[in-house]
Amino acid sequence: MEIYWVLGIPLTGGIFLALWGNRGNAPEINAGFSFLTLVAAAILTARIVAGGPMVVGGEGYFFIDSFNVFLVALTAFVAFTTSLFSRPYMRIEKEHGRLTDKRLRLYHASYQVFIAAMLLALTTNNMGILWVSMEAATLATVLLVSLYRTPASLEAAWKYFILCGVGIAQALFGTILLYFAAEKVLGAGGSALLWTHLNAVKTQLEPTVLQLAFVFLLVGYGTKVGLAPLHNWLPDAHAEGPTPVSAVLSGLLLNVALYAVMRSKVLVDGALGNDMAGSLMMGFGLLSVVVAAFLIKRQTDVKRMFAYSSIEHMGLVTFAFGMGGPVASFAGLLHMTMHSLTKSAIFFAVGHATQHAGTQLMDGIRGLIRTNPTIGWGLMLGTIAILGVPPFGVFASEFLIITTAMHEHPWATPLLLTALGVAFASIFGKVQPMVFGETEATRLPHQPALAPVFMHLGLVLMLGLFIPPYLAAWYRQAAQLLGG
Amino acid sequence: MAALGYNLQLVNLLAALLLLIAFAMLSQRRIVGLITLFAWQGAALSLSTAIVGWSTGQPHLYWSAGLTLALKVIAMPWFFYRLVRKLDVDRDVEPMINIPTTMLIGIALVIFAFNLALPISQMSGTVTRSTLGIAMATVLLAFLMMITRSKAIPQVIGFLSMENGLFFAATSATYGMPMVVELGVALDVLVGVFVLGIFFFQIRETFDSLDLKHMEKLKER
Repeated sequence: MEIYWVLGIPLTGGIFLALWGNRGNAPEINAGFSFLTLVAAAILTARIVAGGPMVVGGEGYFFIDSFNVFLVALTAFVAFTTSLFSRPYMRIEKEHGRLTDKRLRLYHASYQVFIAAMLLALTTNNMGILWVSMEAATLATVLLVSLYRTPASLEAAWKYFILCGVGIAQALFGTILLYFAAEKVLGAGGSALLWTHLNAVKTQLEPTVLQLAFVFLLVGYGTKVGLAPLHNWLPDAHAEGPTPVSAVLSGLLLNVALYAVMRSKVLVDGALGNDMAGSLMMGFGLLSVVVAAFLIKRQTDVKRMFAYSSIEHMGLVTFAFGMGGPVASFAGLLHMTMHSLTKSAIFFAVGHATQHAGTQLMDGIRGLIRTNPTIGWGLMLGTIAILGVPPFGVFASEFLIITTAMHEHPWATPLLLTALGVAFASIFGKVQPMVFGETEATRLPHQPALAPVFMHLGLVLMLGLFIPPYLAAWYRQAAQLLGG
Repeated sequence: MAALGYNLQLVNLLAALLLLIAFAMLSQRRIVGLITLFAWQGAALSLSTAIVGWSTGQPHLYWSAGLTLALKVIAMPWFFYRLVRKLDVDRDVEPMINIPTTMLIGIALVIFAFNLALPISQMSGTVTRSTLGIAMATVLLAFLMMITRSKAIPQVIGFLSMENGLFFAATSATYGMPMVVELGVALDVLVGVFVLGIFFFQIRETFDSLDLKHMEKLKER
């Protein structure tokens, strides 16, 4: 039952805000709907933790287990904090004349629909509907990326639409192939694409077809994860869209796309009985880590730099899931959580910093610690956290991933360590003057809404020091579902 | 069985038509001509889906055929015609690679597609399995069209034509996807075209043209 609330609330929110989003309190309504979604998601999570996986509705339209309920909770949480952040942020954007009431209405409505689409992608049991909702999530954000209507933002949105569209068309072909294999075992009809049914018969599925299907699914959904060399849309979309959109794209959409890949991987592993899927994911993941790390060095735009950092971290997670096994899958899930929380916190801080400086170029942002200590510390701590400095949680997950890699695939370790080192040096070297450099800028006139930043970073810190036993058990359960 | 034979011939004929139209689209210089061809491709797809549904007794394929007819033969071409008239962009489109070269690449792609489809179609139990190669060729040709065109509308038509190819693949390999998925995909396509309509106006307003050559600012330097 809770599942209908989880999906229904954001959808209602989207419709409501599309119709009445011109009101002055639309940002509060947006936050309110996000809060209700979070409450529903929390209840659903509690239910799954207590009662184990469940299949809901008709022939089993929704399927919720420890793996996806963890992502549902994360998605609802970050969506809520982002809506809190976007409240004052978008107001100031409007005061600066970059947005109008009409565009804000579009923004709020699309935001809710986007959240609904992601939650549907996470909870649906049907691999076809998974595809449909991934595409819906893209469509909901295309007009958000171009919200400022600048030439660069339009170009970014166009690239986002076309590249993700072509990518997702590959995934559709993969889904067709999957159905083709499933139909032989399960018979024609709607139930042949249900993941639970497929999972039950995965050893009987035709291996050759599934192998081909996985390649298409990986390339298709991988485009949305931002895996190199399919990552071209990602930095542009992150840099040119409004900051709250960058935060949810980076913190949530990439996770959901990777979730789709993982669901397919479980099936393919069962059918093939070898680690073809894992090796492919390791290859793509490693390439993304290395390519992104070296591109970070060349960035001048702060949001673009952190977008590349997202590619790097998603690559790392993909690599961890590719290795498989209980430790690596556990580390991958942990890293997914840490990255979502930290990266959205960084985008919140960066949003305020760029808004104040009036530019996204890093050379134009200096001495944040003087103009506003809260933003300065938020950005600095966030950066330290994402770079994997202990005691933050990213350190724990990266440590686990790298030690597992040393153990199982020693050849990959130098590449990973070099890439992480390069990323560390370049990001730290660029953020340091932004925070501590000399400046003549005046103090920020208003108090920034940075409670979400410290909320996220506090969680990351806590998880780095101590993972509560029930949470650890939960991660372990989820890792097991991934074939660990 | 004889009836099935004739129907099969008809489906094969329509499949060939689909491929021919894909080539014609590659060589078409005018946007309006491209839209017309796209409508014809949709019609061929819709008709062949209906015939497959009738001859194999799969009633849900009628829905799929009807959906294709409504969306890809009537609604979208109408929408694009209007868009072209409103935006006043119907001039000759010069593709980035000249047309004879594109055609030659297209032929190579078709051969590649047939090779790729061979192992799958051998495994398939459907009567229409031989057309799977054509479906894949259509997808690849549409992809080629997206690469070689620099204007926004031809790129989108290429994208939709790719979707046509994928649907044809689904029909010929498995007698279509489950109904709920097809409905979902159709909804996405519809919303997508609507979003693009808005988007074209934004591009036009900002760049004063729908030529994507203006959009080459964002890249790594």
